[in-house]
Amino acid sequence: MLQYALHRLALAVPTLFGLTVVIFIAIRVLMPVDVVDVLLGETDTTFDPTIAAELREKFGLDGPLPVQYARWLGRVAQGDLGRSFVSGRPVTEELLYRVPTSLQLGLGALVITVLVALPIGMMSAVRRDTVPDYLARGGAILLYAVPGFWLAILVLVFGSVWFRWAPSIEFRPFWEDPLANLKHIWLPMLILGLNSTGTMIRLVRTQVLEVLGHDYVRTARAKGLSTQTVYFRHVLRNALLPIVTVVGLQIPNVVSGTVIFEQIFLVPGVGRYLLTALQRLDIYVILGTNLFFGTVLVFSNLVVDILYGVIDPRIRFSGR
Amino acid sequence: MSGATTVREPAVRLDGLPRTRSAWGSFVRFATRKPLGFAGLCILVAMGLAAAFAPIVAPYGYDEFDFARALEGPSRDFFLGTDHLGRDVFSRAIWGTRVSLGVSLAAVFLAQAAAASVAIVSGFYGGWVDKIVQRLVDIWIALPTLVILITLIAIVGPGVKSMILIVAATIAPNYARLIRSVVLQVREEPYVEAAQAIGVSNTRVMLRYILPNVAHVIIYSATVALGAVILIVASLGFLGYGLPPPQPDLGAMLSGDGLEFMRRQSMLAIVPGVAITLIVFSFNIFGDALRDALDPRLRGR
Repeated sequence: MLQYALHRLALAVPTLFGLTVVIFIAIRVLMPVDVVDVLLGETDTTFDPTIAAELREKFGLDGPLPVQYARWLGRVAQGDLGRSFVSGRPVTEELLYRVPTSLQLGLGALVITVLVALPIGMMSAVRRDTVPDYLARGGAILLYAVPGFWLAILVLVFGSVWFRWAPSIEFRPFWEDPLANLKHIWLPMLILGLNSTGTMIRLVRTQVLEVLGHDYVRTARAKGLSTQTVYFRHVLRNALLPIVTVVGLQIPNVVSGTVIFEQIFLVPGVGRYLLTALQRLDIYVILGTNLFFGTVLVFSNLVVDILYGVIDPRIRFSGR
Repeated sequence: MSGATTVREPAVRLDGLPRTRSAWGSFVRFATRKPLGFAGLCILVAMGLAAAFAPIVAPYGYDEFDFARALEGPSRDFFLGTDHLGRDVFSRAIWGTRVSLGVSLAAVFLAQAAAASVAIVSGFYGGWVDKIVQRLVDIWIALPTLVILITLIAIVGPGVKSMILIVAATIAPNYARLIRSVVLQVREEPYVEAAQAIGVSNTRVMLRYILPNVAHVIIYSATVALGAVILIVASLGFLGYGLPPPQPDLGAMLSGDGLEFMRRQSMLAIVPGVAITLIVFSFNIFGDALRDALDPRLRGR
């Protein structure tokens, strides 16, 4: 198991490396203008080549591209993600401040998804081809088709039209003011959570149906176990492994969701940091946030794989 | 294949249809057996036609404005009201659907073509080529798609061509993996072995024996991918990285800048969202039905 985890971890490093290379090339080669010129165009109308050269040197953007990249990578290895062009603040510091908020939003949403989808998906499978099942299935497809940001816009527009309600504008981190924080973040959390519920219900239903078809379920019923015992001890337990995968599969959606929802609900997380940086072409912030998102996904995949082993002894002992 | 058909013979005879159906016969059967999927298809055809013939169908142009009549509710002149510049919301939705559908169709077509070629070649030959391709696909799939998409599009700049290319490149690996898994199964079928035994060239085996037998997966996954890509394109537009204005894009029409106007004219908030939802919903129910109808193992059920 440990060996397997290490193997996966070894694979994660080139993955993240590849990601940063792609983004670096995109910014330095594909981008029609030079970032430093953009910055100068904003601050100084009279273009002075010496200032540009000085700035390039200051930001480590002088010399050949591979050298620039290697320089950045070297600093990343030491935990320094560079500085923002615009604010001058170190990216690492800013990320550390913003990550807890994004995690709170994302994990909260994921928990809501599971809490809503697990019972509905199970019910839908157990009561297969009845009215509740049709409702759950129809609702799930519909929920999947509704864009999350549209749901958010509808709540914002009609909340203010019908109830004269508006979300708070000022965000407080949880550790500063838990109550104000929750008052702000519950809505994006809920909508983001509901947004992935559709896919999740369908996947849970499929997995539970699969398990329900097995002989041991019939045996358990035949020997007179109560319905509850059959469903919780035999069915849910065996459906749990694929369901963990399914939750793992939702993580990329939730991550993308946090980017969009932080923007709509003015939550100062990593996603908004990236979106603001993209507008200013703030190269080190863009690289740093992408590296962060990549790392989150690579590690959540890893955690899901390890959870497999914990839940399913066959994987744990097969000694992969 | 023929063996499986013989077994199911009675079921086929009962509904009075000939054993090998004409294209029209299969279509009628699909429509009657899968009413929900058929409904999805009908909605898609209707929206597709409206989008394709937007210049004829839409009562107004997408940037035709009349300040004097801004933010009006639904009326005889403006079926779904007007926006803050006095543009017809109904017409904008049709033009927006045209743009969103067009971009998504092009991106999915490109992605599937690339994914299918790579998957068939690498799945068929196996060996180190396949290993490298799979490793790359694994790496790509582990990354945050939407984040990379936004980043790349923001850097490269808006434009129809770059949008299609970037979206296609980002989604293709997912489908390559799916198609490859089916190629691996098909490759082991006796008819492939037989073809190789009588000396059919590899290229011909891939094109005439493998491709037709994985086509159902390509078609099905393309249908579902279209739904997903419409959502992605809408999210990009919503975040401000869609197509450059004044091109109407369903996602951009919902973007936060218009929030103040949406409070005064709720159609602005409702119409583009309904259009997106309807398209994605239809693609999904149609795709599900299509999967059941096309899968050789499920055919006839």
